Amino acid sequence: MKSPPLIRELVRATNTEAVLWRAEDLLLYEYDALSVMRQPEAVVFPTTTEEVVRVVGIAAQQGVSVIPRGAGTGLSGGATVAERGILIALSRMNKIVEIDLENQRARVQPGVVNLDLSRAVEDAGYYFAPDPSSQKACTLGGNVAENSGGPHTLAYGVTTHHALGLEIVLSDGDVIHTGAKFWDRPGYDLTGVVVGSEGTLGIVTEITVRLCRLPEAVKTLLAIFDRVLDATRTVAAITARGITPAALEMMDGFTLRAVEAATGAGYPIDSAAVLLIEVEGLREAVEEQAQAIEAVCRENSAREVRCARSEEERALLWKGRKNAFGALGRIAPNYYVQDGVIPRTRLPEMLEFTAEVEKRYALRIGNIFHAGDGNLHPLIMFDARDRSECERVVRAARDLIAKCVEMGGSITGEHGVGVEKNELMPLIFSEDDLEMQRRIKGVFNPSGLFNPGKVLPTGKMCGELRIQIGAGA
Amino acid sequence: MNAAEEKHPVAATQAAEAPQWEHYSKCIHCGLCLNACPTYRLLGVEMDSPRGRIYQMIQVEQGRLRLGKPYAHHMDLCLNCRACETACPSGVEYGRLVEAARSEIERAYRRPWAERWARKFFFDYLLPSRRRLEMAGNVLRMFQRSGLEKALLTSGVLKIMPGRMDAVARLAPRMEKPFFTDWLGRVIPASGGRRYRVAFFAGCIANLAFARLNEATVRLLARNGCEVVIPKAQGCCGALHVHAGLRDTARQLAVANITAFAREGVDAIITNTAGCGAVLKEYPILFERADREWHEPAKGFSARVKDVTEFLASIDFCQDFAPVKARATYQDPCHLLHAQRIRSAPRKLLAAIPGLDLVELKEAEICCGSAGIYNVVQNEMAERLLAAKMRRIDETGADMILTANPGCLLQLRAGVARSTQNQRRVLHVVELLDEAGRKQELT
Ligand SMILES: Cc1cc2nc3c(=O)[nH]c(=O)nc-3n(C[C@H](O)[C@H](O)[C@H](O)COP(=O)(O)OP(=O)(O)OC[C@H]3O[C@@H](n4cnc5c(N)ncnc54)[C@H](O)[C@@H]3O)c2cc1C
Ligand code: SF4
Ligand code: SF4
Repeated sequence: MKSPPLIRELVRATNTEAVLWRAEDLLLYEYDALSVMRQPEAVVFPTTTEEVVRVVGIAAQQGVSVIPRGAGTGLSGGATVAERGILIALSRMNKIVEIDLENQRARVQPGVVNLDLSRAVEDAGYYFAPDPSSQKACTLGGNVAENSGGPHTLAYGVTTHHALGLEIVLSDGDVIHTGAKFWDRPGYDLTGVVVGSEGTLGIVTEITVRLCRLPEAVKTLLAIFDRVLDATRTVAAITARGITPAALEMMDGFTLRAVEAATGAGYPIDSAAVLLIEVEGLREAVEEQAQAIEAVCRENSAREVRCARSEEERALLWKGRKNAFGALGRIAPNYYVQDGVIPRTRLPEMLEFTAEVEKRYALRIGNIFHAGDGNLHPLIMFDARDRSECERVVRAARDLIAKCVEMGGSITGEHGVGVEKNELMPLIFSEDDLEMQRRIKGVFNPSGLFNPGKVLPTGKMCGELRIQIGAGA
Repeated sequence: MNAAEEKHPVAATQAAEAPQWEHYSKCIHCGLCLNACPTYRLLGVEMDSPRGRIYQMIQVEQGRLRLGKPYAHHMDLCLNCRACETACPSGVEYGRLVEAARSEIERAYRRPWAERWARKFFFDYLLPSRRRLEMAGNVLRMFQRSGLEKALLTSGVLKIMPGRMDAVARLAPRMEKPFFTDWLGRVIPASGGRRYRVAFFAGCIANLAFARLNEATVRLLARNGCEVVIPKAQGCCGALHVHAGLRDTARQLAVANITAFAREGVDAIITNTAGCGAVLKEYPILFERADREWHEPAKGFSARVKDVTEFLASIDFCQDFAPVKARATYQDPCHLLHAQRIRSAPRKLLAAIPGLDLVELKEAEICCGSAGIYNVVQNEMAERLLAAKMRRIDETGADMILTANPGCLLQLRAGVARSTQNQRRVLHVVELLDEAGRKQELT
């Protein structure tokens, strides 16, 4: 089989091993962690910024769009092809370029895996704070594009708080540098604009990140409740006391039974809900905070408050939590995870509503929350072979998101908009708001070369979730 | 005398052993396994990732992908190290899937003739027969001792040969005379009082190439109050056959072993080889869809199989060791860590040796490239993995490298031999325990 002209040019711009174009290979780039979409026309694996520039140039000249891809763990279809285009996969740009411990920062290529960066600096007592549950696989480029967070977002913020500067390839092939090596950067915050842009403004080819010092002491508490309502009330009560834990996670009984079966971390399978709470900092302060939190939990009818006694016990509790999606994946053949945000004071109400939705559509929904930030991850279980069930799943998800918006929340907390939720954007932004966003996109990406059909509404399916559930599974 | 020596009809049963929905549907394509996979880490492509390999299996099942050369290539390139199983939150049993896929490839895909011939010779002719293995071992030993091997390796002749003959030839294990085959059929009494009665699984090639390790294992068990039975009728475990998709031969070997060990009333069946241990523990899977009458006996057999480190760590093991002054590091054998989920047992044993400074190896959970016969058939990939492994080992500053599987020993020794750093000892955990224990007895 002879390669088409586009492929020959891409090979010339990189090398033979850097371009995939055969049907059997492209088949494997039709999915990310959300769903199955279209196949790209080619996948290119650059190793340098110069190669990215050349590839972007060829694509612009030939009029095919370009979709950046990290590890493909995204949950909103961002790294798949919505219309037509080639993928630029950054998995081989995975070098840590520089570690500068004195100034608590590192310069990395975008394909470096989140956890690999923390591992590289842990011996020196540092780590990269944003800790998405997918951190052992997802790339820093993907984290920047999605503005990812994790359980420790509550105290440390999301990726945007840890990205100091970026190198970006624009659609005309220009390479720009945003931010600085320091916190204080003069001028407009272009780093802030690009973080969270989901690959629609440019290809991030280098990232300067902030490294945090590992805390002196960490304490992990597990509060166990017999009523879900008590657990959700406790969340607001803790923060109302002016305590900000490093992490404040909630799992309902259904979820934690699955987690316990999968990990055996010691979660109480007979309870209705648990809160996983972590405090960290200086030793004395941690002790004090832990005691205060325990008191609040007990005031709110916690049946028991346990404290992890060793690093292993703590690691196991977190392993259970971080593997929770997968653990529920063991129960039903498929799941659809939603990602919404509400004010944390309204958690009790939201849970009641979720239970109603479960009944309305005859579905099982597991509840996992980054409760401290009011970020919900209802996991809707289903079997993709049952078409009617698939339809009900999408309707249920839609209802949940609509409720988040109604409560003054948002359509996504951390998984991004992608192709899944771009038609929902009008639910939270006015036409003027959206127009401003379109204009910003027009400045960075005037030809619309990068990741078309994502983030901003196309107006084709207004107000609907765009997901083909269960496809390919 | 081995049942497997008889010729076998075409593999009709293997059709039913393709990857099954109940297993591959557990994969939610989340991608959390990608960075755990050695081939993905090196190549960065989905086709050579666990998620991608499973996706390809599904597409073959659904008729969207041809069961042809590219598919076979990506399945062959998999190390079957099963690191993806440890990483997977959804409990996908990847080993079972890839083994099923390979059995389907075996049935439906015609490999190039040279490859077919080589596989036939090795899997059907050599491995299942103790007599032939021993003959081959003797020939290889003569070749090694005559100086011919050395001459060949230093002459550079191999470098101009096609393929990667030069690198592969350097991996040939030393043949250790006297072979352990002499021990088969013996019963070794426990030293001190008898606390357990165990059977030792001696392996196939290990009888020739790891005769001293086998002896050390038996000695160590005896020292720990075990009477050790070494059944004569045992043979190759069939792990390499299962990995290669040759399930019919594997089943014959399994039946032979189940029968050989069934007669012995023992507390445990012990192996020092992680790859063998993994498959011995998984014999029941072989009989899920064929020869069902062996399923129950296989379960009974597998339930008794223990890795030697697992067994020793579970009993009140003898901690009387002479001090070992060394800085050591431990590489987890994949089939011990990922397939058998054994991590703490070898570390617990090593911690009991006074003076031994054990430093954790970064990325110890990633394959060294040995992977059964992978370093021979996929030599280039294996070499890259070994190079990465040696860099990590160098970082530890260890002067002794420990592991718990013969295949890893060979690979790591090859790594040390070509390293520019100081030569370091590469030992099986059992060898060090045996050495330190015997030294103590002498003093
Ligand atoms: C089990 C599971 C748990 C998860 N938990 C969390 C969580 O706790 N918190 C969270 O925030 N997310 C979570 N996610 C979602 C996902 O892991 C994150 O969004 C992650 O940051 C994506 O990284 P990636 O490398 O896989 O990116 P991809 O999925 O490959 O891409 C994501 C987006 O980033 C763009 N992109 C990638 N690289 C670049 C680049 N170099 N330049 C420009 N654009 C780029 C892509 O075009 C795409 O739009 C989870 C996912 C799974 C499967
Ligand atoms: S094998 Fe497991 S970890 Fe890998 S993609 Fe499938 S479900 Fe995720
Ligand atoms: S068994 Fe090893 S090489 Fe094969 S897919 Fe899993 S992690 Fe990768």
